[in-house]
Amino acid sequence: MKDVIIIGGGVIGCGIARELARYTADIMLLERGNDVSVGTSKANSGIVHGGFDAKPNTLKAKYNVLGNAMFDSLSAELDFPFRRNGSMVLCFDEKHMDGLTELYNRGVANGVKDMYIIKGNAEIKKLEPHVTDAAVGALVVPTGGIVSPYEMTVAYAENAAVNGVEFRFLSQVTSVTRDKGGFTVSCADGYCEHAKVVINAAGVYADVINNMVCDEKLHITARKGDYVLMDKTCGYLADHTLFQLPTKMGKGVLVTPTTHGNILVGPTATDVEDKDNVNTTAGELNDAFVKAVVTVPSLSRRNIITQFSGLRAHLDGDDFVIGESSVAGFYNVAGIESPGLSCAPAIAVDIAESVAAKLGLAKKSFFEAKRKGIPQFSKLSNTEREKLIDQNPLYGKIVCRCEVVTEGEIVDSIRRPVGAKDLDGVKRRTRAGMGRCQAGFCTPRIMEIISRELGCDMQEVTKRGGVSNVVVGKTK
Amino acid sequence: MSREMICINCPMGCRLTVDDSDKNNIQVSGNTCPRGVTYAVNEITAPKRMVTGSVAVEGGAVAMVSVKTREAIPKELIFDSLEQLKSVKLTAPVHIGDIVVSNVCGCGVDFIATKNVEAL
Amino acid sequence: MKKVNLVIVGGGPAGLAAAKAAYDAGERDILILEREAELGGILNQCIHNGFGLHTFKEELTGPEYAARYIEEVKKRNICYKLEATVIDVSKDKVVTYVSATDGLVQIQSKALILACGCRERPRGAINIAGMRGAGVFSAGTAQKLVNIDGYLPGKEVVILGSGDIGLIMARRMTFEGAHVKAVVELMPYSSGLNRNIVQCLNDFNIPLYFSHTVVDIKGGDRVEGVVIAQVDDKLQPIKSTERLIECDTLLLSVGLLPENELAKDADVVLSPTTGGAVVDENLMTNVDGVFECGNVLHVHDLVDFVSAESENAGKSAVDYINGIQLTKDKNVIVCTNGVRYCVPTVLNKDEIYAEQSFKMRVANVFKKVELAVFADGVKVYGRKRPVVAPGEMENIKLTAEQMKVLKQAKTVEITLIKGENK
Repeated sequence: MKDVIIIGGGVIGCGIARELARYTADIMLLERGNDVSVGTSKANSGIVHGGFDAKPNTLKAKYNVLGNAMFDSLSAELDFPFRRNGSMVLCFDEKHMDGLTELYNRGVANGVKDMYIIKGNAEIKKLEPHVTDAAVGALVVPTGGIVSPYEMTVAYAENAAVNGVEFRFLSQVTSVTRDKGGFTVSCADGYCEHAKVVINAAGVYADVINNMVCDEKLHITARKGDYVLMDKTCGYLADHTLFQLPTKMGKGVLVTPTTHGNILVGPTATDVEDKDNVNTTAGELNDAFVKAVVTVPSLSRRNIITQFSGLRAHLDGDDFVIGESSVAGFYNVAGIESPGLSCAPAIAVDIAESVAAKLGLAKKSFFEAKRKGIPQFSKLSNTEREKLIDQNPLYGKIVCRCEVVTEGEIVDSIRRPVGAKDLDGVKRRTRAGMGRCQAGFCTPRIMEIISRELGCDMQEVTKRGGVSNVVVGKTK
Repeated sequence: MSREMICINCPMGCRLTVDDSDKNNIQVSGNTCPRGVTYAVNEITAPKRMVTGSVAVEGGAVAMVSVKTREAIPKELIFDSLEQLKSVKLTAPVHIGDIVVSNVCGCGVDFIATKNVEAL
Repeated sequence: MKKVNLVIVGGGPAGLAAAKAAYDAGERDILILEREAELGGILNQCIHNGFGLHTFKEELTGPEYAARYIEEVKKRNICYKLEATVIDVSKDKVVTYVSATDGLVQIQSKALILACGCRERPRGAINIAGMRGAGVFSAGTAQKLVNIDGYLPGKEVVILGSGDIGLIMARRMTFEGAHVKAVVELMPYSSGLNRNIVQCLNDFNIPLYFSHTVVDIKGGDRVEGVVIAQVDDKLQPIKSTERLIECDTLLLSVGLLPENELAKDADVVLSPTTGGAVVDENLMTNVDGVFECGNVLHVHDLVDFVSAESENAGKSAVDYINGIQLTKDKNVIVCTNGVRYCVPTVLNKDEIYAEQSFKMRVANVFKKVELAVFADGVKVYGRKRPVVAPGEMENIKLTAEQMKVLKQAKTVEITLIKGENK
């Protein structure tokens, strides 16, 4: 019998796990994938929104502003990449300048601080020299930021694990039923566990989980967004996160730097039937790029290094559903689409406090709030590098040339709590394979390291769990 | 009958015109060097190919050692020759020119190593 | 800081040949830095034959070709470090490398040769939409898995790109028991050698579809098929021609890109056409004492040409160390009328006149043309070619006399004279 079962290992599930780990409780997190951060949390814009976009008095507005303010201390505490680069909403037509004022007013109503509107192309260029000549005004939101969403999720998960949360992977929940002390949760592999409280943080599947328990049914549409990632060599093209002012013609796409210095453009928005469909489509990728060029004309397709696609969990009703449901002890955190990532820290604290109160949990006398990330060789000074190699020679073996990732970092990513088990897991934690050659050189080397560290055969090494085995047999 | 053929002797890949109406006197044109003639005649009478591959090696710094047929072997023996390689397991040291399989498929040509693998 | 006269980054064919030539030109203080565990570079995984006809007058496999040069380097006792990755070079020619045994080391060199080769263009760079799971490999990655590690990347294979690596891998996968269902080529011609189309595809009845491309990749965790389509004359896919080929693997052989990240650190000016450095006839970049050779400079067809070019770089680096002065005044070679690029890119306006080879590529397939070199509008050299193609590097040699004319001229142009050849 667990005190709490959390369903879903995205940023919300892992965030809640970490905040709940402050209390004396037996907590388990179930994730259907092979790793944390394999759904929506790994493939999104990585934006910490200012909070001007959500309608006032919605949960989206409330948690966005609260969550945004938590990022500086949280990223320092858990050591994940975050930068308050500021956002700008660009207006391309004098006739639409009212739209900026509207956003400004909405922001004020939501409690967003320090915003201002600038007029004229010259003023915009002072902040962002590579923006189109056609931009006539902008809403500047200094509190906007960027974060590495998967590294944030991994950081939450590692810290939760260090503080006693148990993670179980490849655990697709097939039923949640009420029983005497609370709930029985069963998984596709036959695993079964009881818990006093169940927290539904299942992303695009949160409706399915909710509908197993609650009479108030939810319906979530998976809204696919395609993104195009550009090489670091064009990273200078944008410093702020650049939004396009939504018009009757559509919402537009954003152009943003990432925390690692690439440029990301997207997303598109297409509702899809299949909630596992994260295939990119040529038309949408093209659409995203063409729209991005409206903001920054000098973006060149030559600098594209990869494309990806993610799903937003769009709930009928447009706002999040957060908190204890009509069924006592069953908590929903559902419909967490944009600005969900920005909201995550605040949601996690709220849910944890609510569950703790419900179960009468006491705070632990010792909670390890700090987490130190994997030392990033590429970011260190030469003196620090020398020291590191001296301590562990594996840091002197460069495996990923493009991103300068060492064997030491890769081994660390595998050995850590909630460690990497596949190529994509290593990539999310270390950036190995994320550079311009896109894992051409390092794939065989990383396979060897995974096989050695996990004691499995090379043939068992996967790209992302499941049947994504990289090789299909031996030649001899 | 006259036919077109690309010489595969070297990267130049000469486009040959071959007339084999008289099997005893095959006419070749388009070749840059005499090897083109030999190639064309062979290709019509008994086509041959070089076969390269790799075999597992134990006790060395690398897992595989590359091999080749010392000279081209009859084309129809390609897959049989590769089958013979599958059962071979070498132990380091292996040196370039070492015989890996002798008399491949009875055709009189050996598979030889094309890489040096020193013992650890 | 450690001091070494000549540091060579890369122990593949280019670095080895440069080291050998530098030694033979009298330099003894040479250090090769190689990131892999053995010398030889990419040749180690190119286990097929077809190397060395120019250099050794016999046909060798990749590892054999490499071994010849490795032997030369060892015979001369030239120093080299393995598993040593250079992470930075400065314009003052300070090289920083790391290795598990040496830690982080900085070396002040007098001359520096970048011979770090090229990398493959990945899927992302050619914008193929579709699934993101396993089963999409660049051809070179698959080649390493098969030939070096002994693993089979897939059983039912489609290959995009008919360059030599794609063709060679079609045969290799066939040899290892896989079924290669098609080779798909965007252009109406192959950039690979004709002999490879014969012995890698035709021998095994592997179909080659020209003017086709892959427009979508189907599957979930693993590739389950690719959708191919014919392209129009603007290379855009024609929707009505789309068809699915079921497969578990897609190999990409869609071009190589010089790996010039280190050169950029040293403020070396790169050519947007080749992706390699802008170099003079001594293969020196705009940064004094920094040289480039091999596939980091421009992608070659034959390793034999890499060796020859790199020997030139090795010799030139020694001349530089020995203080042979080079003027700053340079003539830019202008490429026109279908000549895409030429290496060297610039000529020094000095008074050193020696036989010089020029390597170039054309932008399209042209028949019955003359490759011509003009100095101040006057033809200095001409060579008639029945056919030239982008996939085949053209190599011309000018005499010392002709070089004198070029070096004294105000403008130098390399061009294609098309139409009737008189």
